[in-house]
Amino acid sequence: MKDFLNDWGLTTMVFLPLVGAVVMMLIPKAEEELHKFIALLTTLVVGVVGVFLTANFDWDRSKDLQFVVDKGWIDVIHSRYTVGVDGIAMPLILLTLLVVPLIIIYSWNHFPEPHNPKAFLILMLVLDTGMIGSFVAQDLILFFVFFEVVLLPMYFMIGVWGGEQRQYASIKFFLYTLFGSAFMIVAFLALFFVTGAETFNMVDLARLVRENDVARNTQILIFGGMFMGFGIKVPMFPFHTWLPDAHTQAPTQGSVILAAVLLKLGTYGFVRIALPMLPEGAMWWAPIIGGLACIGIIYGALGCLAQTDMKRLIAFSSVAHMGYVMLGIATLTDFGINAAIFGMVAHGLITGMLFFIAGSVKERFHTLEIARLGGLLKQAPYMGWMLGFTSMASLGLPGLAGFWGEFPAILSAYNPAEGLNVGLFRFYMFIAALGTVLAAAYLLWLFQRTAFGTPKEEFAHEHVHDAHLTEWIAWLPMLVLIVVLGFLPVLIFGMTSDAVQVVAQALGR
Amino acid sequence: MLAAEAGAAASAGWFLENAWLFPAVPFVSFLLILFFGKKMPKQGAEIGITALAIVFAGALIAGAQWISHVNAAESAHGTEETHSTDETHGTEEEGHSTEPGTTEDGTHSEEGTSTEESHDEGALAVSGGGRSVVLGPSLALPMAEEGGEAHASVPPVISEWKSDWWTVGGIDFQVGTFVDGQAVMMLFVVGLISLLVHIYSTDYVHGDIRYTHFFAFLSLFTASMLLLVLANNLVMFITAWELVGVCSFALIGHWWEEQNNSNAALKAFLTNRVGDMGLLIGMITLFFTAGQGRTFNIYEINVAAASGTVSDTALTVAALCLLAAVMSKSGQFFLHTWLPDAMAGPTPVSALIHAATMVVAGVYMIARMYPVFFEGMSIAGGSINAVALIGAITTMVGGSLAFVQRDIKKVLAYSTVSQLGYMVMALGVGAWTAAMFHLMTHAFFKACLFLGSGSVSHACNHSFDMKTDMGGLRKYMPKTHATFLVGTLALAGFPLMSGFWSKDEILAGTGGFGLSEGANGRYSLMLVMGLITGGMTAAYMTRCYWLTFMGEWRGANSPNAHHGAHAAAHDDHDAHAPAGHDAHDAHDAHDAHGGLPHESGPRITTPLLILAVLAFVAMFANIPGQFGFVPEGWRLRFEHYIEPKGEYFPAISHAEFSPVIAILSLIAAAVASGLAVAYYRKVEAQDPMGTELVDGPTSKAGLPKVAYNVLANKFYLDWLYTDVIVGFVKGPLARAANWFNQNVLDGIVNGTATVSKRIAGFTYTVLDQQVVDGVVRGSGIGASETGGLLRRMQNGRVQGYAALMFAAAAVLAGVFVLAI
Repeated sequence: MKDFLNDWGLTTMVFLPLVGAVVMMLIPKAEEELHKFIALLTTLVVGVVGVFLTANFDWDRSKDLQFVVDKGWIDVIHSRYTVGVDGIAMPLILLTLLVVPLIIIYSWNHFPEPHNPKAFLILMLVLDTGMIGSFVAQDLILFFVFFEVVLLPMYFMIGVWGGEQRQYASIKFFLYTLFGSAFMIVAFLALFFVTGAETFNMVDLARLVRENDVARNTQILIFGGMFMGFGIKVPMFPFHTWLPDAHTQAPTQGSVILAAVLLKLGTYGFVRIALPMLPEGAMWWAPIIGGLACIGIIYGALGCLAQTDMKRLIAFSSVAHMGYVMLGIATLTDFGINAAIFGMVAHGLITGMLFFIAGSVKERFHTLEIARLGGLLKQAPYMGWMLGFTSMASLGLPGLAGFWGEFPAILSAYNPAEGLNVGLFRFYMFIAALGTVLAAAYLLWLFQRTAFGTPKEEFAHEHVHDAHLTEWIAWLPMLVLIVVLGFLPVLIFGMTSDAVQVVAQALGR
Repeated sequence: MLAAEAGAAASAGWFLENAWLFPAVPFVSFLLILFFGKKMPKQGAEIGITALAIVFAGALIAGAQWISHVNAAESAHGTEETHSTDETHGTEEEGHSTEPGTTEDGTHSEEGTSTEESHDEGALAVSGGGRSVVLGPSLALPMAEEGGEAHASVPPVISEWKSDWWTVGGIDFQVGTFVDGQAVMMLFVVGLISLLVHIYSTDYVHGDIRYTHFFAFLSLFTASMLLLVLANNLVMFITAWELVGVCSFALIGHWWEEQNNSNAALKAFLTNRVGDMGLLIGMITLFFTAGQGRTFNIYEINVAAASGTVSDTALTVAALCLLAAVMSKSGQFFLHTWLPDAMAGPTPVSALIHAATMVVAGVYMIARMYPVFFEGMSIAGGSINAVALIGAITTMVGGSLAFVQRDIKKVLAYSTVSQLGYMVMALGVGAWTAAMFHLMTHAFFKACLFLGSGSVSHACNHSFDMKTDMGGLRKYMPKTHATFLVGTLALAGFPLMSGFWSKDEILAGTGGFGLSEGANGRYSLMLVMGLITGGMTAAYMTRCYWLTFMGEWRGANSPNAHHGAHAAAHDDHDAHAPAGHDAHDAHDAHDAHGGLPHESGPRITTPLLILAVLAFVAMFANIPGQFGFVPEGWRLRFEHYIEPKGEYFPAISHAEFSPVIAILSLIAAAVASGLAVAYYRKVEAQDPMGTELVDGPTSKAGLPKVAYNVLANKFYLDWLYTDVIVGFVKGPLARAANWFNQNVLDGIVNGTATVSKRIAGFTYTVLDQQVVDGVVRGSGIGASETGGLLRRMQNGRVQGYAALMFAAAAVLAGVFVLAI
């Protein structure tokens, strides 16, 4: 067992969804139940593999890569199939393994138009492979491939199953991200050539940058390329405009997966690739990233206050929340980076949950226009309370998961890494703290307008079904986790803390 | 699992060491009510009441254990000092004190937090502080105090969980409880008032549509409040701090069908969030600057701050930031505006949360972190500091606004603001014990008044309007009247009531004009403001009492006496309103609607009686030290057992009872309430059966009218916040940001796409088709196939973007090639 996990564990986890997708391709479209069953089963099996991997993960060595597999892949370009997992990737992998099956369960009886579960679920499985692959890849080219694999299914998901402006939103999403990727791949190549490396292995590259004393300016330039790639994915202000459109137009499932996992690819890229490989570049870029993060926090919040559409509001809140994550990263401290990873998981659960609820509201009222909604607590009390609970989590209430992403990030800005401008970062700290007020404002205002009060005339006499069984099954794990992680933050910090220290040490000069 | 068990050979008391049970019990009750409440015969109320009864009983035992803990510490200290003090307070033995060894037990614990063993050791050293076996010698270490009195150092009982709560960068953080006299006192206050409010509520919100929810949130609130009281580190503290805020939000918005109520709930939460920024930044500042390592541990921070090892700047910044949090949570000027609006919640909630417990959390925090404030604000210096000033201003602002309210609960709400101002002011002038004493007495008499107002409103068709629906109630509801009168007297500063004594201690503590001996400084301004407010308090409470209980009942003439009209007319309060037809029917069963007012049932009047008794009895808790006619063992008990003695508390001095100040405040109160009585007698004589009493003297023309307008508009703060600031952010600013987003940022993106598309078109039609076509046809096949595929999928933008992307890549590649 142990041997199998060591040699094949990660590979199974990555490619099993693809196998499932291939099987589904062979089955006729009409067999909808079978398709759902296969898709769910596949993701559950992947989840079980993940559980086994977690159980066999050596937590005392969480700073080291484990279950490493390193095999030849594309020799011509010196790229190898290198996968492994450490304390930084672990929480994000687990998040992915959890969220995807939940989305499939949620979809069970409500596939968005034009229905077609077969195609939808196949895309979902391909997406799964891409996401897990990105988190386990330890080779830059392999990472890039998985990073791009994610794009296409998402593109189709928005473009085919999306809302009225799906064409515009999907193409914008696709090309904007691709635009960033172009910079990113160039940066990867530059790093490869500058260090004179023999492979694209991330650990080796980081070591070589250190050993070869790559010039500061070179690092800054290469970091810039990565910044474009990852920053657009996060998304950071001012490259965020694809996000509200993509979220608003995407089907619920797409929005959830986008918020829960896809955005994390960008922040994960910073923590995994950009920071440890280019410490001096990071040092130069940190104040800029921190500044953009703070602008994002305030700007995103203001954007939220101006929205009239519930889903678009939640999308803008992502800009603000990812601002905290990026601020944590920008401090280049262990507190900040730990907070960032916690923030990624927390945001995934919380905002994912918010999108779930928004989707279910849309299904019931056929609108997400805030002005037309109201009195959700009256018509669907459970959903109403869940919305309230999740809003509270989203605004960073201590005791729930969101707090642990925000608070240490703000804390870390008080005392950023040595060499950074302390005064500037304390200013950032203040801005970020101000953001918590605005977050409370837009979320509670949303809650007040949609859930409090009484239903508007047009819906007053409509029978609204409270949460369905599939919704309960999909939501409960997320809600429970929001509480559990809030009460026991050590569950995530325990995973990441040691591994982050390695990153932080790499940054230390 | 508890580190507390480590050295428990001679324990300080089981309840003190296992204090985590106090919040745990109501929390379990919350879960039980949430999941099973509706299935229970009493719809969950019985679970909450049982839990609170357990908590209260536990608090009593904990109190007894704390007293014996203090006594044990003192007898270890040496019998001769603690028991032979025949001389009066504050004049004896100086000689005894200045042992440098006092720092022994606390500082050890701070030394290292990074490694396993040291955090264990830390837990031991601190938690062991509670045990005479482990720290036997340290118990005997005397503490020097400025006033010259020597005390045994009484170590707090600190227990920590051994396993980590969270861990970052090699620093492990634990959860734990921190019990000392102050905490034990709060356990008692919270447990008692919450229990009484639970009992009261079974009648008061009987038949409410969200009866079970109501009790669930009461339980959750109590759990959070107890957690706040017991927290031993600032992260736990802020957690509890925000949780009580959430409960407050949920309970203010209990009747959320009405927008007024949900507005009030939002306002409360958001105003508190503004203050929470301060708490956040303040605690972060302390984390990095106080103590030897990085720590959130309150005890360690206090020790560090008191020992003077922390830079003054850091302490001042931290104290100011924390003060912002106090201002929002404890309703201090200029963040107090949410508190009166919070009266939209059910009355029991107002009594429990918005009078007796949650709103004193800020006061409690200053007291808890007192070294930070004492050193950071240089309180001992005697110059005016921010804490004292904010408190003094608040006390006057609240007092003045209470005059112009016609809603009885709002009078009490502004009075709460004013009294909280007293407490903060007391802390600002160094009168720590006076502040805590006032916190306790205020909790009793203000809860009594609030619950009394609820009882009154029950009798008056759920109205809170003193002018239209009340008057003459003393005849109809004797028990409520008597208890309300006791509460009024206590609040107004009638000398035989607890409120007089606690207020007097505060006034003496200011040391204004040197009228009292032993104060920390000469805060004359604070004394003046406190005295004026004392007069105002007496006057507005006389007004409130008079309008409610004296004269003739005006409700009979009121249109609101009719059941139907009433729900609409009194939207925001207790109408149990919107969906409340069930509620009304339930009430109708025992309310004679439209008839004469009547006394409330026993579940309402019993808590009132208990609180009224306490409002009286509490005065014996801290009899001034100069009262030689009282046995020594009866004097200053509160100070003796509640005030911390140890290195985690600054060396404050204690003001003595000052007859002059007592007489002055008595005169102020007597004159003010005499004037008010005279005025209302006159008005009544003119119009004995008036349906609506005219307003006070301020309704006349001229300057009084101006003053009235200012007060009626609440100093225009609500206008400033809601209309100006929030309105601007929500409106123009947010819209501008959105416009910028849609037109500028997105415009650039879309514009780029359009331009690239044009360039691509040009490239294709001109360059490609006409120039390059023939040359590179072979190599172009692959690309154009891909392009064609994409084109079929979407409109032509793909090409444009793709071209742009590759152009960008090419440019960047060029940059790299040239630069590297």
